[in-house]
Amino acid sequence: MNGKGLITDRTEVIRIEHLWAGYDHDPVIEDINFIVNQGDFIGLIGPNGGGKSTLLKVILGIVPPLRGQITILGKSVKEARQQIGYMPQSVEYDLDFPVKVWDVVRMGRVGKRGLLRPYTRQDDEIVEEAIHQVDMDDLCHKSISDLSGGQRQRVYIARALAARPDILLLDEPTASVDVQVSQSIYELLAKLNEQMTIILISHDMTAISTHVKSIGCINRRLIYHGEKQVTPDMLEAAYQCPVDLIAHGLPHRVYRYHADEEV
Amino acid sequence: MLQGILDVFQFEFMRNALAAGLLVSVACGIIGSYVVVNRIVFISGGIAHSAYGGIGIGYYFGFNPVIGAILFSLASAFSMGFVQRKTRLRTDTIIGVMWAVGMAIGIVFIDKTAGYKVDLMSYLFGSILTVPAGTLWLMLLLDAIILALVAAFYKELLAMSFDETFARIRNVPVDALYYMLLGMIAVTVVMLMRVVGLILVIALLTIPAAISNQWVKNLKSMMVLASFLGMLFTTLGLFLSYWLNLTSGATIILVSGTVYILSALLHYLITSRHPRQTVPA
Repeated sequence: MNGKGLITDRTEVIRIEHLWAGYDHDPVIEDINFIVNQGDFIGLIGPNGGGKSTLLKVILGIVPPLRGQITILGKSVKEARQQIGYMPQSVEYDLDFPVKVWDVVRMGRVGKRGLLRPYTRQDDEIVEEAIHQVDMDDLCHKSISDLSGGQRQRVYIARALAARPDILLLDEPTASVDVQVSQSIYELLAKLNEQMTIILISHDMTAISTHVKSIGCINRRLIYHGEKQVTPDMLEAAYQCPVDLIAHGLPHRVYRYHADEEV
Repeated sequence: MLQGILDVFQFEFMRNALAAGLLVSVACGIIGSYVVVNRIVFISGGIAHSAYGGIGIGYYFGFNPVIGAILFSLASAFSMGFVQRKTRLRTDTIIGVMWAVGMAIGIVFIDKTAGYKVDLMSYLFGSILTVPAGTLWLMLLLDAIILALVAAFYKELLAMSFDETFARIRNVPVDALYYMLLGMIAVTVVMLMRVVGLILVIALLTIPAAISNQWVKNLKSMMVLASFLGMLFTTLGLFLSYWLNLTSGATIILVSGTVYILSALLHYLITSRHPRQTVPA
């Protein structure tokens, strides 16, 4: 529809078919079908416990699927994840950890060199470039404990970039930062999206809806049409999350009949 | 004063004790830094105490108790690591159980051993004053092995300690590395507890690294500073225990603990006067 080339000549980068996954044989997500194309910028929303993180962990190969298929760039997850840059939620870090910005970003290179091989000059150049991309040049010799929340988010994005990824996955990239910082992070992501496919998850629908190219909603099942509209079936599926949306209004919402849109 | 210091050096047992203190400090500074940043002080305590079970079994069945202790501490290290990483059981509960059961096994087997009875206290607080020269070479070897392993896997160990999930998806073999780290802790603890006692091992694994973490912002520097602090504490403690006629292990721990409290206070005063500078993004 609307000339955006929905059905497409673009390359498929992630294909997930009939995927079930969870913990202790207890599925958290069910029958997920999800196709990501090169250049996509997808925001996945959904209530807490709805399976957003689980889906991300399946794509990263941390949680194995119970059923179904997942291929990334035509390969298995373990082979392909070297080409995925990942930014976890920043709340998971120990702020007293003795490490500097430069060293954190260089961790993005750790899998590119084998065991027992030191980092090379080429690694250093890539690290420098990644730091430059997120505009942290001046602070690269600071300790991470001396940074603000937004600066730390940038460092973790740089670490993901240092792996030279084709796909960038972000888990709540703006969870603990204020509106201005969040805005600047989305501007950075929009720029990065020119070179790579981006998927991010967030429980904050209003923040992501203005920045991503398409939105999916996950609450055990995924509803994703490759479009930016939040559709009634998403509202139904994720009854918790869109309550805010309706209350505050959303500039891009278009509710329409869409039975013929199922991908 | 100077004469007092020279007096100390005329005794071979004091020279050996000082050398042992220096060698222990290197192993503890390096391994202790990993223990502190990975927040596994309690696991290390569990490993150390459950090793006592191996000592008891060694005496009872008449083989070298150190071998028993190494086997026991490795087994407990790996099982705690397994529980922590692969199951949903509560790790601290399992550590508490193994800690207590290991010690109880040791005591029961030593009770049942005819003849020579080892003193539990000597394993708890050690006897750094009775270190034989041969053991010093063994400790030097242990230091060399630890240095070599840490140098070889430094970048992977750093990435794992900072963010294990990230390291895993970069295909770093984090499980193998984590068990290697636990294994190094187990062997270090056993080798050193013969010499300085397991309480002192835990103190030297934790306190110098914790002080160091307050002042430096780089893991390598943290290890170096922690090693030097350990050397300072053991040396100072030994001299004090000699002059004041106190138990050496306990004196070293009290010296370390005093510096830890002073350092924490100083650090608190400095950071509360100059709060963490954060530049706006």
